[in-house]
Amino acid sequence: MGIDVGGKVLETDEEGYLANLNDWEPAVAEAMAKEDGTELGEFHWEVINFLREYYEEYQIAPAVRVLTKAIGKKLGKDKGNSKYLYELFPYGPGKQACKYAGLPKPTGCV
Amino acid sequence: MSDIKKFMYVNRTAPYGTIYAWESLEVVLIGAAFEQDVSVAFVDDGVYQLLKGQDTSELGIKNFSPTYAALGDYDVNKLYVEKESLEARGLTIDDLMALKYEDEDDDWAEKDSIHVVPAAELADILEQQEVVFSF
Repeated sequence: MGIDVGGKVLETDEEGYLANLNDWEPAVAEAMAKEDGTELGEFHWEVINFLREYYEEYQIAPAVRVLTKAIGKKLGKDKGNSKYLYELFPYGPGKQACKYAGLPKPTGCV
Repeated sequence: MSDIKKFMYVNRTAPYGTIYAWESLEVVLIGAAFEQDVSVAFVDDGVYQLLKGQDTSELGIKNFSPTYAALGDYDVNKLYVEKESLEARGLTIDDLMALKYEDEDDDWAEKDSIHVVPAAELADILEQQEVVFSF
């Protein structure tokens, strides 16, 4: 499988996660969102950028529970809850946001 | 949750060369979702897993040591390192990563996750566990 980003086809796994982390650029997230029939706004990017920073520091994609808590700490309590995150990423903040951020599927996600 | 059990993961192998250390860490992170009373022990060559300044660039393997710093976020904050194992390898706690967690019950004060304990004390802690995973 692959995803077409501006004419360049990048390799993905069978669930659409980027095969090579280093292939990521913001346009990848835009292209994935478009495939899902959605568009990314400022608040999506807050979460996507947060996930990329988290991965950079800890080398893992955080579990949803950990993500929710950490977002609350970083971006404010009103954003650190699953309702807010599920509204932004209806397919699951862990799965969908990690995918757009070019990260592997969160550890422990089935 | 009603029945919280005491889980301990025991690590005895060096971080690279076999898959045990990484597998153990993944199981700990996955298991954390079940909100049990989790602790992790590092004995024998397992103490090398917590060494700071790990560099795997010449091994061609991902350096996963930064992931141990995420354990605090997963509420895994009881890491026991056997004193004798450290000493036998000429190591002290200063050679290990300074892993911390924030104590929710103490106004989020930052505390050390790593405890260096003598073998006899670790044996007592092991004795109290309901489930032990050995890696």
